[in-house]
Amino acid sequence: MAQKVVEAYETGSGAGKNAPFVPIVHESLDLQADRLLPSQSNPFDINGGACVAMVGKDCVAIACDLRLGMQSLTISNNFPKIFNYAPSTYLGLTGLATDVNTVSDLFRYKVNMYRLREERDIAPQTLANLVSSSLYEKRFGPYFVSPVLAGINPTTGKPFICGFDSIGCIDFAKDFIVSGTASDQLFGTCEGLWEPDLAPEDLFETISQALLSAVDRDALSGWGAQVYIIEKDKVTQRLLKGRQD
Amino acid sequence: MTSLMGNQSGTIGYSFSEPTSANVKQHSFYPYTDNGGSTLGITGADFAILAGDTRSTSGYNINSRMVPKVFKIGGDDDTGEGATIILSVVGFAADGNALKEKLDTVVKMYKYQHGKSMSVSACAQRLSTILYEKRFFPYYVHAILAGLDEEGVGALYSYDPVGSYEREQCRAAGAASSLIMPFLDNQVNSKNQYIPGSGEGHALVPKKAEPLDKETAKKLVQDAFTSAVERHIEVGDGLQMLIVTREGIEEVFHALKQD
Repeated sequence: MAQKVVEAYETGSGAGKNAPFVPIVHESLDLQADRLLPSQSNPFDINGGACVAMVGKDCVAIACDLRLGMQSLTISNNFPKIFNYAPSTYLGLTGLATDVNTVSDLFRYKVNMYRLREERDIAPQTLANLVSSSLYEKRFGPYFVSPVLAGINPTTGKPFICGFDSIGCIDFAKDFIVSGTASDQLFGTCEGLWEPDLAPEDLFETISQALLSAVDRDALSGWGAQVYIIEKDKVTQRLLKGRQD
Repeated sequence: MTSLMGNQSGTIGYSFSEPTSANVKQHSFYPYTDNGGSTLGITGADFAILAGDTRSTSGYNINSRMVPKVFKIGGDDDTGEGATIILSVVGFAADGNALKEKLDTVVKMYKYQHGKSMSVSACAQRLSTILYEKRFFPYYVHAILAGLDEEGVGALYSYDPVGSYEREQCRAAGAASSLIMPFLDNQVNSKNQYIPGSGEGHALVPKKAEPLDKETAKKLVQDAFTSAVERHIEVGDGLQMLIVTREGIEEVFHALKQD
Protein backbone atom coordinates (compact mmCIF):
# COMPACT_ATOMS: atom_id res chain seq x y z
CA MET A 1 0.00 0.00 0.00
CA ALA A 2 2.78 2.36 0.98
CA GLN A 3 4.66 1.48 -2.16
CA LYS A 4 1.69 2.48 -4.30
CA VAL A 5 1.43 5.90 -2.74
CA VAL A 6 5.05 6.64 -3.48
CA GLU A 7 4.64 5.50 -7.06
CA ALA A 8 1.70 7.78 -7.59
CA TYR A 9 3.70 10.79 -6.50
CA GLU A 10 6.64 9.74 -8.63
CA THR A 11 4.61 9.70 -11.82
CA GLY A 12 2.93 12.95 -10.83
CA SER A 13 5.92 15.12 -10.03
CA GLY A 14 9.01 13.03 -10.70
CA ALA A 15 10.15 13.31 -7.07
CA GLY A 16 12.34 10.56 -5.66
CA LYS A 17 11.28 8.05 -2.99
CA ASN A 18 13.33 9.85 -0.38
CA ALA A 19 11.88 13.28 -1.08
CA PRO A 20 9.17 13.83 1.51
CA PHE A 21 8.54 17.44 0.48
CA VAL A 22 7.63 18.21 -3.10
CA PRO A 23 7.26 21.93 -3.66
CA ILE A 24 5.79 22.97 -6.99
CA VAL A 25 6.56 26.61 -7.49
CA HIS A 26 4.17 27.33 -10.30
CA GLU A 27 2.36 25.47 -13.01
CA SER A 28 1.57 28.50 -15.14
CA LEU A 29 3.10 27.09 -18.28
CA ASP A 30 1.05 23.88 -18.03
CA LEU A 31 -2.11 25.86 -17.38
CA GLN A 32 -1.39 28.14 -20.31
CA ALA A 33 -0.88 25.14 -22.60
CA ASP A 34 -4.35 23.89 -21.69
CA ARG A 35 -5.84 27.27 -22.44
CA LEU A 36 -4.05 27.69 -25.76
CA LEU A 37 -5.48 24.47 -27.17
CA PRO A 38 -9.16 24.49 -26.25
CA SER A 39 -10.23 23.03 -29.59
CA GLN A 40 -8.22 19.86 -29.00
CA SER A 41 -10.68 18.78 -26.34
CA ASN A 42 -13.76 20.96 -26.79
CA PRO A 43 -16.06 19.77 -29.60
CA PHE A 44 -17.89 23.13 -29.56
CA ASP A 45 -14.72 24.94 -30.70
CA ILE A 46 -13.42 22.68 -33.47
CA ASN A 47 -15.40 23.99 -36.45
CA GLY A 48 -16.14 27.54 -35.25
CA GLY A 49 -19.20 29.63 -36.01
CA ALA A 50 -21.54 32.20 -34.51
CA CYS A 51 -25.28 32.79 -34.35
CA VAL A 52 -27.48 35.54 -32.88
CA ALA A 53 -31.22 36.29 -32.65
CA MET A 54 -32.90 39.59 -31.69
CA VAL A 55 -36.40 40.86 -30.96
CA GLY A 56 -37.76 44.04 -32.56
CA LYS A 57 -41.16 45.73 -32.80
CA ASP A 58 -43.48 43.09 -34.33
CA CYS A 59 -40.44 41.44 -35.90
CA VAL A 60 -37.49 39.19 -35.05
CA ALA A 61 -34.09 38.73 -36.66
CA ILE A 62 -31.69 35.79 -36.74
CA ALA A 63 -28.19 35.84 -38.22
CA CYS A 64 -25.17 33.55 -38.54
CA ASP A 65 -21.69 33.56 -40.03
CA LEU A 66 -20.70 31.32 -42.96
CA ARG A 67 -17.36 29.82 -41.86
CA LEU A 68 -16.63 26.12 -41.50
CA GLY A 69 -13.18 25.26 -40.21
CA MET A 70 -11.04 22.53 -38.72
CA GLN A 71 -9.28 24.31 -35.90
CA SER A 72 -7.35 27.16 -37.59
CA LEU A 73 -7.79 25.83 -41.15
CA THR A 74 -10.81 27.21 -43.01
CA ILE A 75 -12.56 24.48 -45.03
CA SER A 76 -15.51 26.42 -46.43
CA ASN A 77 -16.88 29.95 -46.52
CA ASN A 78 -20.39 28.83 -47.46
CA PHE A 79 -21.72 26.93 -44.45
CA PRO A 80 -25.00 28.56 -43.33
CA LYS A 81 -26.13 27.61 -39.84
CA ILE A 82 -29.78 28.76 -39.96
CA PHE A 83 -32.55 26.35 -40.97
CA ASN A 84 -36.20 26.99 -41.79
CA TYR A 85 -38.91 24.85 -40.18
CA ALA A 86 -42.09 26.86 -40.82
CA PRO A 87 -42.94 30.04 -42.79
CA SER A 88 -41.84 32.29 -39.91
CA THR A 89 -39.84 29.90 -37.70
CA TYR A 90 -36.05 29.57 -37.99
CA LEU A 91 -33.45 27.61 -36.01
CA GLY A 92 -29.74 28.49 -35.85
CA LEU A 93 -27.27 25.75 -34.89
CA THR A 94 -23.64 26.35 -33.89
CA GLY A 95 -21.12 23.87 -32.54
CA LEU A 96 -19.74 20.65 -34.01
CA ALA A 97 -20.54 20.78 -37.76
CA THR A 98 -21.39 17.08 -38.05
CA ASP A 99 -23.95 17.53 -35.27
CA VAL A 100 -25.26 20.73 -36.92
CA ASN A 101 -26.08 18.61 -39.99
CA THR A 102 -27.47 15.69 -37.97
CA VAL A 103 -29.62 17.84 -35.70
CA SER A 104 -30.95 20.05 -38.53
CA ASP A 105 -31.95 16.92 -40.48
CA LEU A 106 -33.47 15.33 -37.38
CA PHE A 107 -35.69 18.37 -36.83
CA ARG A 108 -36.64 18.48 -40.51
CA TYR A 109 -37.89 14.92 -40.08
CA LYS A 110 -39.65 15.63 -36.78
CA VAL A 111 -41.27 18.86 -38.00
CA ASN A 112 -42.44 17.16 -41.22
CA MET A 113 -44.05 14.40 -39.14
CA TYR A 114 -45.67 17.05 -36.92
CA ARG A 115 -47.10 18.86 -39.96
CA LEU A 116 -48.52 15.65 -41.47
CA ARG A 117 -50.08 14.65 -38.16
CA GLU A 118 -51.47 18.05 -37.19
CA GLU A 119 -52.09 19.44 -40.72
CA ARG A 120 -50.67 22.83 -39.69
CA ASP A 121 -47.28 24.56 -39.36
CA ILE A 122 -45.36 24.26 -36.12
CA ALA A 123 -45.35 27.33 -33.83
CA PRO A 124 -41.99 28.60 -32.54
CA GLN A 125 -43.00 27.83 -28.93
CA THR A 126 -43.86 24.26 -29.91
CA LEU A 127 -40.59 23.86 -31.79
CA ALA A 128 -38.75 25.18 -28.71
CA ASN A 129 -40.22 22.40 -26.59
CA LEU A 130 -39.51 19.84 -29.32
CA VAL A 131 -35.87 20.96 -29.47
CA SER A 132 -35.58 20.91 -25.68
CA SER A 133 -37.00 17.40 -25.21
CA SER A 134 -35.11 16.00 -28.21
CA LEU A 135 -31.78 17.30 -26.84
CA TYR A 136 -32.51 16.06 -23.31
CA GLU A 137 -33.17 12.60 -24.72
CA LYS A 138 -29.41 12.53 -25.35
CA ARG A 139 -28.63 13.77 -21.80
CA PHE A 140 -25.57 11.52 -21.32
CA GLY A 141 -24.22 11.63 -24.88
CA PRO A 142 -25.32 14.98 -26.17
CA TYR A 143 -25.21 16.55 -29.61
CA PHE A 144 -22.52 19.26 -29.40
CA VAL A 145 -24.75 22.09 -30.62
CA SER A 146 -26.03 25.38 -29.12
CA PRO A 147 -29.35 26.12 -30.87
CA VAL A 148 -30.94 29.55 -31.25
CA LEU A 149 -34.59 29.83 -32.23
CA ALA A 150 -36.40 32.85 -33.71
CA GLY A 151 -39.90 33.18 -35.10
CA ILE A 152 -43.31 34.81 -35.00
CA ASN A 153 -46.20 32.86 -33.55
CA PRO A 154 -48.66 32.25 -36.45
CA THR A 155 -51.77 32.57 -34.21
CA THR A 156 -50.83 35.40 -31.84
CA GLY A 157 -48.48 37.26 -34.21
CA LYS A 158 -46.06 37.82 -31.31
CA PRO A 159 -42.27 37.66 -31.81
CA PHE A 160 -40.49 34.80 -30.02
CA ILE A 161 -36.82 33.97 -29.50
CA CYS A 162 -35.03 31.51 -27.26
CA GLY A 163 -31.73 29.70 -26.90
CA PHE A 164 -30.70 26.28 -25.59
CA ASP A 165 -27.67 24.59 -24.12
CA SER A 166 -26.56 21.29 -25.65
CA ILE A 167 -28.82 19.23 -23.35
CA GLY A 168 -31.95 21.28 -23.96
CA CYS A 169 -32.22 23.82 -21.13
CA ILE A 170 -34.22 26.71 -22.62
CA ASP A 171 -33.18 30.33 -22.20
CA PHE A 172 -36.24 32.53 -22.83
CA ALA A 173 -34.92 36.02 -23.49
CA LYS A 174 -36.83 39.23 -24.13
CA ASP A 175 -33.94 40.92 -25.96
CA PHE A 176 -31.38 38.71 -27.72
CA ILE A 177 -29.78 35.26 -27.76
CA VAL A 178 -26.20 34.51 -28.79
CA SER A 179 -24.29 31.29 -29.44
CA GLY A 180 -21.07 29.93 -30.92
CA THR A 181 -17.35 30.56 -30.54
CA ALA A 182 -17.93 34.34 -30.73
CA SER A 183 -20.58 34.32 -27.97
CA ASP A 184 -18.51 36.52 -25.60
CA GLN A 185 -17.99 39.08 -28.34
CA LEU A 186 -21.68 38.89 -29.32
CA PHE A 187 -22.75 39.48 -25.70
CA GLY A 188 -20.67 42.67 -25.72
CA THR A 189 -21.86 44.05 -29.06
CA CYS A 190 -25.53 43.10 -28.55
CA GLU A 191 -25.61 44.53 -25.03
CA GLY A 192 -24.11 47.75 -26.41
CA LEU A 193 -26.13 48.15 -29.62
CA TRP A 194 -29.56 46.59 -28.98
CA GLU A 195 -32.54 48.67 -27.84
CA PRO A 196 -36.24 47.82 -27.41
CA ASP A 197 -38.87 48.14 -30.18
CA LEU A 198 -36.59 48.43 -33.22
CA ALA A 199 -38.33 48.61 -36.61
CA PRO A 200 -37.40 45.86 -39.14
CA GLU A 201 -34.82 47.98 -41.02
CA ASP A 202 -33.20 49.23 -37.79
CA LEU A 203 -33.20 45.70 -36.39
CA PHE A 204 -31.41 44.51 -39.55
CA GLU A 205 -28.73 47.19 -39.12
CA THR A 206 -28.33 46.41 -35.41
CA ILE A 207 -28.04 42.64 -35.73
CA SER A 208 -25.68 42.97 -38.74
CA GLN A 209 -23.33 45.41 -37.00
CA ALA A 210 -23.39 43.31 -33.81
CA LEU A 211 -22.57 40.09 -35.68
CA LEU A 212 -19.91 41.50 -38.03
CA SER A 213 -18.04 43.35 -35.28
CA ALA A 214 -18.18 40.29 -33.03
CA VAL A 215 -16.92 37.75 -35.57
CA ASP A 216 -14.06 40.08 -36.59
CA ARG A 217 -12.65 39.57 -33.06
CA ASP A 218 -13.01 35.77 -33.23
CA ALA A 219 -10.53 33.77 -35.28
CA LEU A 220 -12.94 30.83 -35.68
CA SER A 221 -15.95 32.79 -37.01
CA GLY A 222 -16.64 35.11 -39.93
CA TRP A 223 -16.17 34.84 -43.70
CA GLY A 224 -19.49 36.53 -44.47
CA ALA A 225 -22.90 36.33 -42.84
CA GLN A 226 -26.53 35.52 -43.48
CA VAL A 227 -29.33 37.59 -41.93
CA TYR A 228 -33.07 36.85 -41.77
CA ILE A 229 -35.57 39.58 -40.86
CA ILE A 230 -38.86 37.93 -39.95
CA GLU A 231 -42.08 39.95 -39.96
CA LYS A 232 -45.66 38.65 -39.92
CA ASP A 233 -46.22 37.27 -43.45
CA LYS A 234 -42.83 38.52 -44.73
CA VAL A 235 -39.28 37.23 -44.44
CA THR A 236 -36.23 39.05 -45.87
CA GLN A 237 -32.96 37.18 -46.29
CA ARG A 238 -29.73 39.11 -46.85
CA LEU A 239 -26.13 38.00 -47.45
CA LEU A 240 -23.41 40.15 -45.90
CA LYS A 241 -19.86 40.26 -47.22
CA GLY A 242 -17.80 40.99 -44.12
CA ARG A 243 -14.04 40.51 -43.80
CA GLN A 244 -12.60 37.58 -45.72
CA ASP A 245 -9.84 36.64 -43.26
CA MET B 1 0.61 -8.56 18.98
CA THR B 2 3.57 -8.09 16.70
CA SER B 3 1.34 -8.57 13.69
CA LEU B 4 -0.36 -5.29 14.57
CA MET B 5 2.96 -3.50 14.41
CA GLY B 6 2.94 -1.87 10.98
CA ASN B 7 6.51 -0.64 11.10
CA GLN B 8 9.89 -1.29 12.62
CA SER B 9 10.26 1.94 14.57
CA GLY B 10 8.62 0.50 17.68
CA THR B 11 5.59 2.82 17.84
CA ILE B 12 2.12 1.29 17.78
CA GLY B 13 0.71 0.97 14.30
CA TYR B 14 -2.59 -0.46 13.19
CA SER B 15 -3.33 -2.24 9.94
CA PHE B 16 -5.82 0.47 8.96
CA SER B 17 -3.63 3.43 9.83
CA GLU B 18 -1.65 5.44 7.29
CA PRO B 19 1.93 4.17 7.02
CA THR B 20 4.24 6.74 8.53
CA SER B 21 7.54 5.63 6.97
CA ALA B 22 6.70 6.80 3.44
CA ASN B 23 4.51 9.74 4.34
CA VAL B 24 5.01 11.90 1.26
CA LYS B 25 3.20 15.22 1.35
CA GLN B 26 2.85 17.28 -1.76
CA HIS B 27 2.96 21.00 -1.19
CA SER B 28 2.41 23.55 -3.88
CA PHE B 29 2.47 27.28 -4.13
CA TYR B 30 0.92 29.18 -6.98
CA PRO B 31 2.18 32.76 -6.98
CA TYR B 32 -0.54 34.28 -9.19
CA THR B 33 -4.22 35.13 -8.62
CA ASP B 34 -6.62 36.51 -11.21
CA ASN B 35 -8.33 39.47 -9.57
CA GLY B 36 -10.74 39.99 -12.48
CA GLY B 37 -12.02 43.40 -13.53
CA SER B 38 -11.67 45.23 -16.80
CA THR B 39 -9.99 48.35 -18.14
CA LEU B 40 -10.47 50.45 -21.24
CA GLY B 41 -8.74 53.36 -22.94
CA ILE B 42 -9.86 55.78 -25.68
CA THR B 43 -7.92 58.69 -27.19
CA GLY B 44 -9.00 61.79 -29.11
CA ALA B 45 -7.39 64.79 -30.77
CA ASP B 46 -6.53 66.50 -27.46
CA PHE B 47 -7.31 64.02 -24.69
CA ALA B 48 -6.83 60.46 -23.49
CA ILE B 49 -9.18 58.50 -21.23
CA LEU B 50 -8.31 55.45 -19.15
CA ALA B 51 -11.09 53.73 -17.25
CA GLY B 52 -11.46 50.66 -15.07
CA ASP B 53 -14.03 49.09 -12.78
CA THR B 54 -13.24 49.09 -9.06
CA ARG B 55 -14.25 45.50 -8.17
CA SER B 56 -11.56 43.09 -6.97
CA THR B 57 -12.38 39.38 -7.06
CA SER B 58 -10.76 36.03 -6.45
CA GLY B 59 -12.74 33.12 -7.79
CA TYR B 60 -16.42 33.78 -7.03
CA ASN B 61 -15.58 36.00 -4.05
CA ILE B 62 -15.56 39.76 -4.07
CA ASN B 63 -12.53 40.97 -2.09
CA SER B 64 -13.43 44.63 -2.33
CA ARG B 65 -15.74 46.99 -4.17
CA MET B 66 -13.23 49.86 -4.23
CA VAL B 67 -9.81 48.91 -5.60
CA PRO B 68 -8.75 51.39 -8.30
CA LYS B 69 -6.94 50.04 -11.38
CA VAL B 70 -5.98 53.37 -12.96
CA PHE B 71 -3.05 55.40 -11.61
CA LYS B 72 -1.29 58.71 -12.18
CA ILE B 73 2.39 58.19 -13.01
CA GLY B 74 5.24 60.53 -12.06
CA GLY B 75 3.33 63.03 -9.94
CA ASP B 76 5.08 65.36 -7.50
CA ASP B 77 3.53 63.87 -4.34
CA ASP B 78 1.40 60.88 -3.35
CA THR B 79 -1.78 62.58 -4.58
CA GLY B 80 -0.28 62.40 -8.08
CA GLU B 81 -0.44 66.20 -8.48
CA GLY B 82 1.51 67.40 -11.52
CA ALA B 83 1.40 64.04 -13.36
CA THR B 84 0.82 63.95 -17.14
CA ILE B 85 0.90 60.20 -17.71
CA ILE B 86 -1.63 57.58 -16.56
CA LEU B 87 -1.41 53.81 -16.31
CA SER B 88 -4.07 51.13 -15.99
CA VAL B 89 -3.30 47.58 -14.89
CA VAL B 90 -5.63 44.60 -14.85
CA GLY B 91 -5.00 40.95 -14.01
CA PHE B 92 -3.09 40.16 -10.81
CA ALA B 93 -3.55 43.22 -8.58
CA ALA B 94 -0.38 42.71 -6.49
CA ASP B 95 1.77 42.65 -9.63
CA GLY B 96 -0.19 45.62 -10.95
CA ASN B 97 0.65 47.66 -7.87
CA ALA B 98 4.31 46.61 -7.99
CA LEU B 99 4.49 47.61 -11.64
CA LYS B 100 2.80 50.94 -10.96
CA GLU B 101 5.21 51.74 -8.11
CA LYS B 102 8.23 50.82 -10.24
CA LEU B 103 7.16 52.91 -13.24
CA ASP B 104 6.23 55.83 -10.98
CA THR B 105 9.71 55.76 -9.43
CA VAL B 106 11.40 55.58 -12.84
CA VAL B 107 9.43 58.55 -14.18
CA LYS B 108 10.20 60.59 -11.02
CA MET B 109 13.93 59.75 -11.20
CA TYR B 110 13.96 60.77 -14.87
CA LYS B 111 12.60 64.19 -13.92
CA TYR B 112 15.14 64.68 -11.10
CA GLN B 113 18.07 63.64 -13.30
CA HIS B 114 17.14 65.39 -16.55
CA GLY B 115 15.23 68.38 -15.20
CA LYS B 116 12.26 67.78 -17.54
CA SER B 117 9.20 65.55 -17.62
CA MET B 118 9.37 62.21 -19.43
CA SER B 119 7.49 62.05 -22.73
CA VAL B 120 4.76 59.40 -23.10
CA SER B 121 6.65 57.70 -25.94
CA ALA B 122 9.79 57.41 -23.76
CA CYS B 123 7.70 56.17 -20.83
CA ALA B 124 6.01 53.65 -23.14
CA GLN B 125 9.37 52.20 -24.24
CA ARG B 126 10.60 52.12 -20.62
CA LEU B 127 7.47 50.26 -19.47
CA SER B 128 8.08 47.67 -22.18
CA THR B 129 11.62 47.16 -20.85
CA ILE B 130 10.38 46.85 -17.26
CA LEU B 131 7.91 44.15 -18.29
CA TYR B 132 10.46 42.26 -20.40
CA GLU B 133 12.99 42.27 -17.53
CA LYS B 134 10.69 39.75 -15.89
CA ARG B 135 10.26 37.65 -19.05
CA PHE B 136 10.50 34.35 -17.16
CA PHE B 137 8.47 35.31 -14.06
CA PRO B 138 6.20 37.96 -15.55
CA TYR B 139 4.03 40.64 -14.02
CA TYR B 140 0.64 38.99 -14.61
CA VAL B 141 -1.04 42.12 -15.96
CA HIS B 142 -2.34 43.74 -19.09
CA ALA B 143 -1.16 47.32 -18.88
CA ILE B 144 -2.40 50.36 -20.80
CA LEU B 145 -0.43 53.62 -20.71
CA ALA B 146 -1.89 56.96 -21.81
CA GLY B 147 -1.08 60.64 -22.01
CA LEU B 148 -0.54 63.38 -24.60
CA ASP B 149 2.26 63.07 -27.17
CA GLU B 150 4.74 65.84 -28.16
CA GLU B 151 2.07 67.39 -30.47
CA GLY B 152 -0.51 67.38 -27.67
CA VAL B 153 -2.50 64.59 -29.35
CA GLY B 154 -3.95 61.80 -27.20
CA ALA B 155 -1.60 58.82 -27.05
CA LEU B 156 -2.41 55.32 -25.82
CA TYR B 157 -0.12 52.29 -25.62
CA SER B 158 -1.28 48.76 -24.77
CA TYR B 159 0.94 45.93 -23.52
CA ASP B 160 0.95 42.17 -23.12
CA PRO B 161 2.37 40.77 -19.83
CA VAL B 162 5.93 40.49 -21.21
CA GLY B 163 6.21 43.90 -22.84
CA SER B 164 5.02 43.68 -26.44
CA TYR B 165 3.35 47.01 -27.09
CA GLU B 166 1.54 49.04 -29.71
CA ARG B 167 0.13 52.58 -29.98
CA GLU B 168 -3.63 52.51 -30.64
CA GLN B 169 -6.75 54.70 -30.67
CA CYS B 170 -8.57 52.46 -28.21
CA ARG B 171 -8.11 49.24 -26.29
CA ALA B 172 -10.02 47.10 -23.80
CA ALA B 173 -8.18 44.77 -21.42
CA GLY B 174 -9.02 42.32 -18.66
CA ALA B 175 -11.90 39.98 -17.91
CA ALA B 176 -14.49 41.62 -20.17
CA SER B 177 -12.09 42.67 -22.95
CA SER B 178 -13.65 40.17 -25.35
CA LEU B 179 -17.04 41.81 -24.75
CA ILE B 180 -15.87 45.43 -24.97
CA MET B 181 -13.27 45.33 -27.77
CA PRO B 182 -15.62 44.48 -30.71
CA PHE B 183 -18.00 47.21 -29.51
CA LEU B 184 -15.10 49.69 -29.57
CA ASP B 185 -14.02 48.55 -33.07
CA ASN B 186 -17.52 49.41 -34.24
CA GLN B 187 -18.12 52.66 -32.35
CA VAL B 188 -14.63 54.22 -32.17
CA ASN B 189 -12.93 52.97 -35.34
CA SER B 190 -16.23 52.73 -37.34
CA LYS B 191 -15.44 49.15 -38.39
CA ASN B 192 -18.06 47.48 -40.66
CA GLN B 193 -19.69 50.86 -41.26
CA TYR B 194 -20.09 52.23 -44.80
CA ILE B 195 -21.28 55.57 -46.20
CA PRO B 196 -24.93 55.09 -47.27
CA GLY B 197 -25.52 55.45 -51.02
CA SER B 198 -21.80 55.64 -51.84
CA GLY B 199 -22.00 52.63 -54.16
CA GLU B 200 -23.18 49.08 -54.63
CA GLY B 201 -21.38 46.01 -53.25
CA HIS B 202 -17.59 46.33 -53.49
CA ALA B 203 -17.89 50.00 -54.53
CA LEU B 204 -19.27 50.97 -51.10
CA VAL B 205 -16.98 53.45 -49.38
CA PRO B 206 -16.00 52.55 -45.78
CA LYS B 207 -16.76 55.19 -43.16
CA LYS B 208 -13.55 56.89 -41.97
CA ALA B 209 -12.83 56.82 -38.25
CA GLU B 210 -13.04 60.42 -37.01
CA PRO B 211 -11.40 61.34 -33.68
CA LEU B 212 -14.09 61.50 -31.00
CA ASP B 213 -14.75 64.52 -28.83
CA LYS B 214 -14.23 64.13 -25.10
CA GLU B 215 -17.89 63.97 -24.03
CA THR B 216 -18.75 61.34 -26.68
CA ALA B 217 -15.77 59.24 -25.57
CA LYS B 218 -16.82 59.48 -21.90
CA LYS B 219 -20.36 58.36 -22.79
CA LEU B 220 -18.94 55.46 -24.81
CA VAL B 221 -16.79 54.34 -21.88
CA GLN B 222 -19.82 54.37 -19.58
CA ASP B 223 -21.92 52.43 -22.12
CA ALA B 224 -19.15 49.86 -22.59
CA PHE B 225 -18.91 49.27 -18.85
CA THR B 226 -22.65 49.10 -18.13
CA SER B 227 -22.85 46.49 -20.90
CA ALA B 228 -19.90 44.52 -19.49
CA VAL B 229 -21.36 44.60 -15.97
CA GLU B 230 -24.60 43.13 -17.30
CA ARG B 231 -22.90 40.02 -18.72
CA HIS B 232 -19.66 39.50 -16.76
CA ILE B 233 -19.64 38.59 -13.09
CA GLU B 234 -16.11 39.88 -12.42
CA VAL B 235 -16.96 43.43 -13.50
CA GLY B 236 -19.00 45.88 -11.44
CA ASP B 237 -19.34 48.07 -8.31
CA GLY B 238 -17.72 51.28 -9.56
CA LEU B 239 -16.26 52.94 -12.64
CA GLN B 240 -13.11 55.03 -12.29
CA MET B 241 -12.12 57.31 -15.17
CA LEU B 242 -8.95 59.38 -15.54
CA ILE B 243 -8.97 61.95 -18.35
CA VAL B 244 -5.70 63.60 -19.45
CA THR B 245 -5.94 66.99 -21.20
CA ARG B 246 -3.58 69.96 -21.52
CA GLU B 247 -5.24 71.34 -18.35
CA GLY B 248 -4.22 68.29 -16.31
CA ILE B 249 -5.82 65.06 -15.14
CA GLU B 250 -9.50 64.88 -14.25
CA GLU B 251 -10.76 61.97 -12.15
CA VAL B 252 -14.40 60.82 -12.31
CA PHE B 253 -16.22 58.05 -10.46
CA HIS B 254 -19.55 56.51 -11.41
CA ALA B 255 -21.56 53.79 -9.67
CA LEU B 256 -21.97 50.44 -11.38
CA LYS B 257 -24.28 47.57 -10.43
CA GLN B 258 -23.13 45.62 -7.35
CA ASP B 259 -24.71 42.24 -8.21
